[in-house]
Amino acid sequence: MKHTFAVSIGGAAGQGVATPGNIFARIFARRGLHLNAYNAYQSIIRGGHTFLTIRAGVERVSSFGDRIDLLIPLNQDTADRHLGLLGPGAAMVYNGDLIRPAAPPEGVRLCPLPVAELSNKSRNKVEQNTLAVAAGLSMLGVGFQALADVLSQQFRKKGEAVVSENIAMARAAYDYATSHFEPFARPLPMTDRRYAVLTGNMALAMGGAAAGVKFYCAYPMSPSTGVLHWMAAHARKAGIMVRQVEDEIGVVNMAIGAAHAGVRAMCATSGGGFALMTEGLGMSAMIETPVVVIDVQRAGPSTGVPTKTEQGDLWQMLGAGHGDYPRIIATPTDILDCFKIIPEIHNLADRFQCPGIVLTDLLLSEGHMSVDPADLDFNVEIDRGELITSNGNHNGAREYKRYLITESGVSPRAIPGVPGYTHTAATDEHAEDGVLISDEFTDTARRRAMMEKRQRKIAGIEASVQPPELMGPPGADVTLIGWGSTKGVIEEAREILAGEGISANQLQIRWMVPLHGGRILEILGNSRRTIIVENNYSGQFARYLRSETSFVPDGYIRKYDGEPFMPHHIVEAVKEQLAGRTRLSVPAHEIRV
Amino acid sequence: MATTAPLFKPVTLPDLKGRVDPDWCPGCGDFGVLAALQKALVELQIQPHNVVTISGIGCSSNLPGYIETYGIHSLHGRALAVATGVKLANHELKVVITGGDGDGFGIGGNHFIHTMRRNVDLLYLAMDNQIYGLTTGQTSPTSRVGMKTKSAPYGNVEPPVNPIALALAAGATFVARGFSGEQHHLTGLIVEGLQHKGFAFIDVFSPCVTYNHDNTYPWFKQRVRKLEDDPSYNPSDWNMAMARSQLWGDEIPIGKFFQSTDRPSLEECEPVLAEGGPLAHRDPRIPPEIAKEFIAELM
Repeated sequence: MKHTFAVSIGGAAGQGVATPGNIFARIFARRGLHLNAYNAYQSIIRGGHTFLTIRAGVERVSSFGDRIDLLIPLNQDTADRHLGLLGPGAAMVYNGDLIRPAAPPEGVRLCPLPVAELSNKSRNKVEQNTLAVAAGLSMLGVGFQALADVLSQQFRKKGEAVVSENIAMARAAYDYATSHFEPFARPLPMTDRRYAVLTGNMALAMGGAAAGVKFYCAYPMSPSTGVLHWMAAHARKAGIMVRQVEDEIGVVNMAIGAAHAGVRAMCATSGGGFALMTEGLGMSAMIETPVVVIDVQRAGPSTGVPTKTEQGDLWQMLGAGHGDYPRIIATPTDILDCFKIIPEIHNLADRFQCPGIVLTDLLLSEGHMSVDPADLDFNVEIDRGELITSNGNHNGAREYKRYLITESGVSPRAIPGVPGYTHTAATDEHAEDGVLISDEFTDTARRRAMMEKRQRKIAGIEASVQPPELMGPPGADVTLIGWGSTKGVIEEAREILAGEGISANQLQIRWMVPLHGGRILEILGNSRRTIIVENNYSGQFARYLRSETSFVPDGYIRKYDGEPFMPHHIVEAVKEQLAGRTRLSVPAHEIRV
Repeated sequence: MATTAPLFKPVTLPDLKGRVDPDWCPGCGDFGVLAALQKALVELQIQPHNVVTISGIGCSSNLPGYIETYGIHSLHGRALAVATGVKLANHELKVVITGGDGDGFGIGGNHFIHTMRRNVDLLYLAMDNQIYGLTTGQTSPTSRVGMKTKSAPYGNVEPPVNPIALALAAGATFVARGFSGEQHHLTGLIVEGLQHKGFAFIDVFSPCVTYNHDNTYPWFKQRVRKLEDDPSYNPSDWNMAMARSQLWGDEIPIGKFFQSTDRPSLEECEPVLAEGGPLAHRDPRIPPEIAKEFIAELM
């Protein structure tokens, strides 16, 4: 197994969990380490329990893992919840003045800091966080200068006095830990690489900027709001029009209006907001104006668990809007893929003049991951498809057929303002020139022709998208089938299984529509045993796969408690299924978050 | 336009005639609104390709199909949201929204309020017939109390919305009321509305001759009084406009209730549009040095 180190910081919301988290993340990244972070929190601004896990390693870290090496509880509640789950070699660094821990499990070290003494008894509570970080870094064998640099940067705006005060306190805690606590068995490694750290929401937004999105609008909704925040903060530099709209109905219609006028337009929401957008998606398909909508899933139904993850919106995406129409659904597989998939789906939506949906979830959108900055390539292909932006050789008005029937189903699209191409795009069924036929009840031939024209695009989309590929050893004992955000955790589960003598390969779906069912059947036809892993109750992907291919797997692993899979959940489920004990595993989330 | 800019010939009424004739009922008020809009565009000599006519759903929302401009016949209630997107993506276009009272004040009520608040540079013509026509005669948000419709066979008990007062309260910077039976007067209001920089709202009485037997042409003709005929009326006085908006009975004011020219439109407030022309004509790519900056923030 790859060596990684995970630190978890827990406390009440408002206690400042994020700051020590950022310090660790920054120091890990600056040491050339990869990282993966996940924050479990609730929909309250103050109080409750927030639990951030940051895991670092020399190689790519594909999930937040199973094991905590260093626990930093900022309150008694966190110590009570998590101490018992630590394993041998782990340590808990805490404010010894405040927290009274229970007896730790075997092999777990308790490292109390005399916070009042170290901070001259005069400081506010937030300081305990900095002290704990300093102590932890000492135990990891990280030189103090790394922390001093980060603290200087962090408190720069508050003036020199605050900087030196914080550094002095951190130094005291660092030295205290050096003399009182045993270091971790393996010091934190270091490489000369440098990584960028970002969330999925930031990646989605930056992907939009790279794709040439010039109009972004949204209504705030967790866990998609980070896209709006990045867009709003960078709008002026990027030349992107960013608007906060009165509701998601307005959002999707405004985005479609902007797209219709000729820009690339995008919006993001979560399941509830997406529900309001569905009529708009049908409009996008009917007037053949492309739009890209991101749905960041949270646990539903209804308001559900707003700050928890799930893969429960798949069928909403598949069925969004009434009537038949072509759509594209992409499910990015990790945070970097959130960046990469956005230009790809914009190209497809533009080329095929239909809505594109990006289906992701809280695990990616709010998780942090390190990426090679070279992978954040803004110089991507931008293919606007058959777009008419100047009057070229056109002879004049009333001849242009916006909905010209073609073999591909795609008709050249003139944007408003171009002389000679005036036409009306209608949500009513229309003829090639845009004139309504919806009220001519005898015109079945033209209705059929228009429906077939639009639906012909599906073949073109399918030919433009890569079919999924099998990852891992061919002929493995078991094939794990996942979609979207579960890629990393399944990969890690496969590594653990391999270590226990069970070979597993993986089929991870990145393009949900088009699915490439034929290719999937070929792959799964060679599998010895198949298990579908997904973060929902009813096996939404399993049902979709069956509806498209008639394929029924040997087993299912599902989770719908609001938290993402951890590697051991999948490992244990695979083992119980290989032993023939069940065909449906629903792992329990042991961590109390 | 961006590339070849020929000298366009003068716009005439036949240029603006749609590809099909309206399928409104004979005598429908909407004919008068369509004609007034076409006359106003001719008067101002706005080229058809620089106009986008956007509607929702309903009898009056069929209008974009009957005028030769760019057009979007969008979803029920959503025309203002679509129009805002169009205008922000290409603020050189003239964007006109048409629709009915159900479309604008009922299902589209939320967008109505917020689009006015934002002062987007749009002209919104609401063809107000106090009834749902295309669904064959149900109560609308502007139906009077007591009006008998298919959805209120014993008489409507809900008081109607006052679109003029609502527009004033929401911050519209041009608020007027016209009457389809007063063609010349209405054309003048539309000309003013098209020239107004900011959100222009014109509530137009457009009688439904099939389903509304209360608010008929004669009913309106007897009652409408032009604000312009009252020398004491000052359309730059918001309070006066609000007071006059409450008049409804034997006398109903039409004309320009209010206009304010000191508020910038949304496009004028938005730094992204300050230079570089319409977004729709710009290079979509982020300059490499800006992209580098974005990545450096993550390091």
